[in-house]
Amino acid sequence: MKILVGIKRVVDFNVRVRVLPNGSGVDTDGVKMSVNPFDEIALEEALRLKEAGKASEVVVVSIGADECQQQLRTGLAMGADRAIQVSTSSAVQPLAAARALLKIIEREQPGLVLLGKQAIDDDNNQTGQMLAGLWNRPQATFASKLEVDGDKATVTREVDAGLETIGIALPAVVTVDLRLNEPRFVKLPDIMKAKRKPMDVVPLEELGIDAGPVYSIEKFAPPPQRQKGIMVESAEQLVQELKNRGLV
Amino acid sequence: MSKILIIAEHDGQALNLSTSKCVSCAQAIGGDIDIVVLGKSIEAVASQAAAVAGVNNVICVSADYLEHALAENWAPEIVAMATGYTHVLAPSTTFGKDLTPRIAALLGVNQLSDVMEVLDAYFFRRPIYAGNAIIDVRVPEDSITVATVRSASWPAAAEGGSAAIENRAATGSASAHTRWVGLESGGGDRPDLQSASKVVSGGRALGSAENFSIVYSLADKLGAAVGASRAAVDAGYVPNDMQVGQTGKIISPDLYLAFGISGAIQHITGIKDAGTIVAVNKDGEAPIFEIADIGLVGDLFSIIPELERLLG
Repeated sequence: MKILVGIKRVVDFNVRVRVLPNGSGVDTDGVKMSVNPFDEIALEEALRLKEAGKASEVVVVSIGADECQQQLRTGLAMGADRAIQVSTSSAVQPLAAARALLKIIEREQPGLVLLGKQAIDDDNNQTGQMLAGLWNRPQATFASKLEVDGDKATVTREVDAGLETIGIALPAVVTVDLRLNEPRFVKLPDIMKAKRKPMDVVPLEELGIDAGPVYSIEKFAPPPQRQKGIMVESAEQLVQELKNRGLV
Repeated sequence: MSKILIIAEHDGQALNLSTSKCVSCAQAIGGDIDIVVLGKSIEAVASQAAAVAGVNNVICVSADYLEHALAENWAPEIVAMATGYTHVLAPSTTFGKDLTPRIAALLGVNQLSDVMEVLDAYFFRRPIYAGNAIIDVRVPEDSITVATVRSASWPAAAEGGSAAIENRAATGSASAHTRWVGLESGGGDRPDLQSASKVVSGGRALGSAENFSIVYSLADKLGAAVGASRAAVDAGYVPNDMQVGQTGKIISPDLYLAFGISGAIQHITGIKDAGTIVAVNKDGEAPIFEIADIGLVGDLFSIIPELERLLG
């Protein structure tokens, strides 16, 4: 079975993002970029399935400008067998991303597609579900446990009410949550080896997809800040303060 | 004029409060508001939906295969009835996040996630980058708008409505490739974390699952729900459904008490709509004190029991 893993280049999760003073976007100039952390977990899961003999090949795919090849190389260094860049210099909204990934699925015929549950830049949390819908296949979102058994899988999902378990037939789309696994660290020799692994570049326009009705972002603003309040010295003072405010 | 369809979130017995929050958002958009209840044996939920003020019609679709909210089964039902609506809304809970994008894709549109403010019927405000930036997004007026509503940003709509309830037959069939197996619920009799007016949370500093009992005890004294930081969940002190933060629950209680939580940005994202934030931490430099309304530096193991005694 082949596993396709989608990865997105995003501002590193440790970077405190700042909105540009003119409200046209966020400051990404000279900012560290990384593989979206949820996608890294998706890739780790794919690699573990391969190591357990349940998958034969792991292919990483990213949609973006040439800079995203860095993140695809990171994926190859982690252990993916080959990479596909769907190249475009414009921003891609989730419907277009899902439609593009569906075209890649049609070419690659994977048995399983693993994605992060959301990208930490747009926080949209849509692409996997859209892809599954367009593909008319199962979607197992927010996965914290994945057991693959032949052409079936059992997935534990982190939902608001607790842990939900569903059974799905493959092929399917699984989007992963934080507690599925801890991704491995990339070792230097693997980075060297990754340079020789194949990377296909497919221009987005070659896939012939329609981006659908797109949204336009008219303004970026920093969030309203909470102000630092008061410090109290003891539990008695704390309780008194809560009583004064009518909270207890 | 807008015509808005809200997808009800429920557990088979009770309408989730997130649904009435969607009604508030729909009222801000303005127009006719319908709620659709999908499920099996959902009469009780339908009457609760009909009692939300401001709702015109409640549409009920009941079928065995709709019992659990599997997106594979639910999305086609919504798509089949979406014609004629200008907006489809669902809560931005794990329920809505799972279901709504599949609906949007089948309708051939993008989805707007986490609406926190309505600027006009086609112009919305939402957070990105874990709430570190807020964007104003204009959506096309000539296609259906599918959106999820950020529960923490909206009050629940009042009760006292008397909408008409219409039963409709399901149009689809059970998915051949996805089946529901089970749900393991971490919650007990305590108030629901997402809708509670008071929340007591513990962090890694609690040190163990056993020690977390003092947090539960204080919460019970206050009639509060119990939450936790990601660190406490990852350490196995509490189940995952108690996690508050960017990847857990985003909540807006009147009172939030954080014990032994340092205040990582991802946690702050989950609580910044709270009314009053109280932080107790032994590290006076902990970032949570920068946003707390009331801070107390000290040992939680002595402060929590003392608070419980003082409140008793």
